[in-house]
Amino acid sequence: MNDFVEFFSFSDTNIRYVTLGSVLLASSSAVVGCFTLLRKRALVGDAVAHAVLPGVCLAFILSGTKNPFILLLGAFVTGWLSLVAIDFITARSRIKEDTAIGLVLSVFFGVGILLLTAIQHSGNAAQSGLDKFLFGKAASLVGEDLIAFAIVAVLLLVTTIIFYKELTLLCFDQAYAKTIGFPVRLLELLLTTLTVFAVVVGIQAVGVVLMAAMLITPAAAARFWTDKLSLMLVLAALIGAFSGVAGAFVSYTAPAMPTGPWIVLIVSMIAILSFAFAPKKGWVSRLLRQRRNKTQILEENLLKLMYQLGEQKPNYDAPRQLHELLERRAIPQKEAKAGLKRLQNQGYVEKLPSGWKLSSQGQRRGERVVRLHRLWELYLTQYLHLASDHVHEDAETIEHIITPELEQKLIEELDFPVMDPHSARIP
Amino acid sequence: MILQVDNPVVEVHDLTVSYDRKPVLWGIDLTLPAGALVGVIGPNGAGKSTMIKAMMDLLPVGSGYVRIFDKPIDEVRNRISYVPQRESVDWDFPASVFDVVLMGSYGKLGLFKRPRKADKDAAMEALNKVGMQAFADRQISQLSGGQQQRVFLARALAQDADIYFMDEPFAGVDIATETAIIELLRTMREQGKTVIVVHHDLQSANEYFDWVVLLNMRLVASGPTEHILTQELLEQTYGGKLTVLTKVGELLRKQEFPSREAK
Repeated sequence: MNDFVEFFSFSDTNIRYVTLGSVLLASSSAVVGCFTLLRKRALVGDAVAHAVLPGVCLAFILSGTKNPFILLLGAFVTGWLSLVAIDFITARSRIKEDTAIGLVLSVFFGVGILLLTAIQHSGNAAQSGLDKFLFGKAASLVGEDLIAFAIVAVLLLVTTIIFYKELTLLCFDQAYAKTIGFPVRLLELLLTTLTVFAVVVGIQAVGVVLMAAMLITPAAAARFWTDKLSLMLVLAALIGAFSGVAGAFVSYTAPAMPTGPWIVLIVSMIAILSFAFAPKKGWVSRLLRQRRNKTQILEENLLKLMYQLGEQKPNYDAPRQLHELLERRAIPQKEAKAGLKRLQNQGYVEKLPSGWKLSSQGQRRGERVVRLHRLWELYLTQYLHLASDHVHEDAETIEHIITPELEQKLIEELDFPVMDPHSARIP
Repeated sequence: MILQVDNPVVEVHDLTVSYDRKPVLWGIDLTLPAGALVGVIGPNGAGKSTMIKAMMDLLPVGSGYVRIFDKPIDEVRNRISYVPQRESVDWDFPASVFDVVLMGSYGKLGLFKRPRKADKDAAMEALNKVGMQAFADRQISQLSGGQQQRVFLARALAQDADIYFMDEPFAGVDIATETAIIELLRTMREQGKTVIVVHHDLQSANEYFDWVVLLNMRLVASGPTEHILTQELLEQTYGGKLTVLTKVGELLRKQEFPSREAK
């Protein structure tokens, strides 16, 4: 708790730096990542991230310093080259994009590791810390470095906002963008450059290997919560920022813990939680919906059975025993009982000492299900010319889903029918 | 029968288009009159969409040129509207119906500028014209095929262009949408706009269009509907594939041959 208060009071300059740095890096790459994701080029970010390593090493070898601007420049050049290579391979050979990405990623990364090993064995004292590019060094972001990366991060955010309209159209409908005279090639180049920059600054926080996660995961998580692009960008930025702060906090309380991997772990947790719990699209809400459908089907089937029993006499008010229902249709006894209980609570059936009885509302709902079933059977035989002995199974499911508007339409199209194909009355 | 017109709104001269070196359109020479409702008709793989895309400069052209309003297309982009095939975009994109229709104003706005109130009014009006105003806030992934097509049409209307190129607007839409679209196209023609429609259904072509272009890898015919939709010309378009032409195209691809000698 003490740690918590101390950290979030931001009284320590170092903590301020690290937190601010992580937040800016994580949120700017998240925002750019949204467009990369929507453009269906998620994997490209991974290729760029790996391709940045040889650039960093080359910049160090050529300049002999670890000046962040020079290293950034080197990273940018090879990162960008890798994208050119991917486009070239896909355009000029029969190799598809996924294969090209795999090829470019491994070749560039291989060269990077080669150079890095060479530097480490060269005995150059200035090289220490260069390997931080592999897994990031968010915890040791200070002074000069931080200013450089913060500037780039802010530039990224501002550029994305300025070109919001253009980038959106580019991702949604590139051909249309071209026909209204947008400079599509330039916009593509812009998005590519933004992606490379996002990767280049992002690897400061989480490193080459995990960078793809920072680009794509916040965007993918945000997409679960909203259908509005502007909101998706804000959410992705917030998710990125939150994981940045949380990662910095973890490495503050446990200095042995690496910040970058923690940031990635946290952002991945958020993505998994979004996948599970987001409204409508989430896994849990889909499961709940399926359960709701199942209970609805069971309850309506029970009402239908009771109504059909009433049709025989006809006497809809007579109480029925459970076994009478189960004789007509195989429903597990426990489920049927629970279903009847629920229907009783909802006021569709009444429990009498002599059995279960439909209430007037229950009678109406049962009648409607029977009506929909028979209407659908009639529709299938008349409009799809199906044999009358083939339509029952289909009607068993459709009867639960038809809306009142569709029901009205069905009745009109069938010209107010009286009998179904099995010569049963349509109630 | 290929009828050329004076003062055409669209002029296609010796247009050859190839995919991966294999020509799919050979030497098209075509002129279209102003204010016509034009149907581009031919079998699958005839190159109908390819021709429209090449006219819009969306595909690299092997030879020839296209002029619209007697100018290169880049000079008249703001007078042209293109309605791509419905399947060409991802309808799961995070956007509302209104967002997509508002894109119709982007061309006139140019870069950087945000849509103004007037552009939003125009977008709403366009939605009104296609009978979709009630769906303005709907997420586009929840639309039916017909509704998607109407949204694309509304976006084109919001552009307020003089000439419209539509790629299969009637493909996979319900009858109500088809009727609504054709009504709309007729109104546009009455306002003096030229509409060029890629179409695959011969039955309705007669009724819909007043100018027909028959296409099957080459231009078979172009002219007023009643002169073009004849037994003989249709047989030329749909009947017997031009086996030699296809084989030569294949050969160009396999041998990596240019379809025109270098200039």
